[in-house]
Amino acid sequence: MYKIIVIGGSAGSFPLIQKLLAKLPASYNTPIVLCLHRLKHIRHGFVEALNLKSAKQIIEPDDKEKIQKGRVYLAPANYHLMADIGNIFSLSTSDMVSFSRPSINVAFDTFSYIFKEKMLGVILSGANSDGAMGLYMAKKRGAKVITQSPAEATIKTMPEAAIHLMPDIKQLNIDEIIEYILSHDSIKIEV
Amino acid sequence: MIAEDIDLNAIKEISGVLKSSWNYDFSEYATTSFMRRISRAKEIFRIGSNAELIVKIKSDKNFTEELVREITVNTTEMFRDPSFWRKLREDILPELAKLSTIRIWHAACSSGEEVYTMAILLNEMGISNYSIIATDINDEVIEKAKSGLYLNRNMELNTQNYNRFLGGVDFKKYYNHFSVDVVKMNPDLLRNVHFRKHDLVIGTPFSKFDLVLCRNVMIYFNMSLQNKVLSLIEQSLFSGSYLAIGSKESIAWCAASNHFKTISAEEKIYQKITTLGS
Ligand SMILES: C[S@@+](CC[C@H](N)C(=O)[O-])C[C@H]1O[C@@H](n2cnc3c(N)ncnc32)[C@H](O)[C@@H]1O
Repeated sequence: MYKIIVIGGSAGSFPLIQKLLAKLPASYNTPIVLCLHRLKHIRHGFVEALNLKSAKQIIEPDDKEKIQKGRVYLAPANYHLMADIGNIFSLSTSDMVSFSRPSINVAFDTFSYIFKEKMLGVILSGANSDGAMGLYMAKKRGAKVITQSPAEATIKTMPEAAIHLMPDIKQLNIDEIIEYILSHDSIKIEV
Repeated sequence: MIAEDIDLNAIKEISGVLKSSWNYDFSEYATTSFMRRISRAKEIFRIGSNAELIVKIKSDKNFTEELVREITVNTTEMFRDPSFWRKLREDILPELAKLSTIRIWHAACSSGEEVYTMAILLNEMGISNYSIIATDINDEVIEKAKSGLYLNRNMELNTQNYNRFLGGVDFKKYYNHFSVDVVKMNPDLLRNVHFRKHDLVIGTPFSKFDLVLCRNVMIYFNMSLQNKVLSLIEQSLFSGSYLAIGSKESIAWCAASNHFKTISAEEKIYQKITTLGS
């Protein structure tokens, strides 16, 4: 089972994330990290919008905050979100990667470095290639990787970039991705 | 990306020679972030192996200076987090203005954007009784800060931030065009500012301040180093003085945090309180 699920998305991914969060029971145990492209200078509102339809309280972690079971995290605006030794988050203001901060490449790279085959990485709809290279590194380190099928994605660029680097990557529709995530939880937590 | 040959041992070896050869101590920087910086620097300098990197560090001081510049993250903005600067204007600076001189320390000032921001803010508030010390580990960014020369294309973001801060004038008032791509900040803004090189890791407290800004540098440190640096800063504050950290930073797990009370959880502003025995 996975110790962490990292999901990257950009243009066209917001409704997919909302759908996932709406189906996610409060008892879901595996921590989920959402790395979504977002406006740099809007610090508020995004997490609240995601919270609306979810049984989970979505959190924007502080630097060096412990990654905890049962939580859903969102990468904060204008920082890269990384994992570090000791199951913690680590933030950075380093240059944008693929025009993005938070960058999905940075998240996949560092989370897979820490969690190796215990990570599930998912890439969704988006208009640039951020995420593909990071997911490729994750796969090399033994992580399980999935992309939304480009046929379904509102904007195909991100899934296609992932498929270009990993022709054998598992391609699923959003309902199948959600089903996969729901059926691959580590032991449920009591709520 | 973290290169395949970068692992914990390699990182220990590299930070080991940086320390033994040139007294730069990166041993307690946040690991994955540091690994990414080293991998990136190896690409920039076209260095194929860790062994080659280590030889270059040992033998070449200029290279090491350049390397340190690439390892550290220097990104910054004027009026970064406009709501933070509004909070200083509304709640903190009016309080501090009652002092005969407000002593301010920008710890890790990078290329100076934060310093110009503070000077502009104080100016607009009509406060002139202040003295600013701005420090960084990196000479080159300090020189840039002193020169006040910034890329014109960065002024767009700086101006947007200033407008969100609800500044009092047209931001253009604070700089002139230097060349096609470069602007020069009004040098008068540095009237009460002194720059110096200071390393938060190996440095010691050197003075006491009424307000310390230490924003977006401790994120590059691991928790143990954050703990040490927070005590250094704590020793550099009078009781009643203020500390501001980056918007996603936390001092909660640092031992010195019990010397502080939270003034704004949202803007990460703290005040040093008098504790027993201090
Ligand atoms: C991201 S910038 C922060 C600039 C500014 N405070 C802001 O928030 O926009 C981080 C700065 O920390 C400096 N730095 C890194 N390690 C340091 C150390 N050990 N001592 C002092 N400065 C350091 C870097 O040179 C860089 O200029």
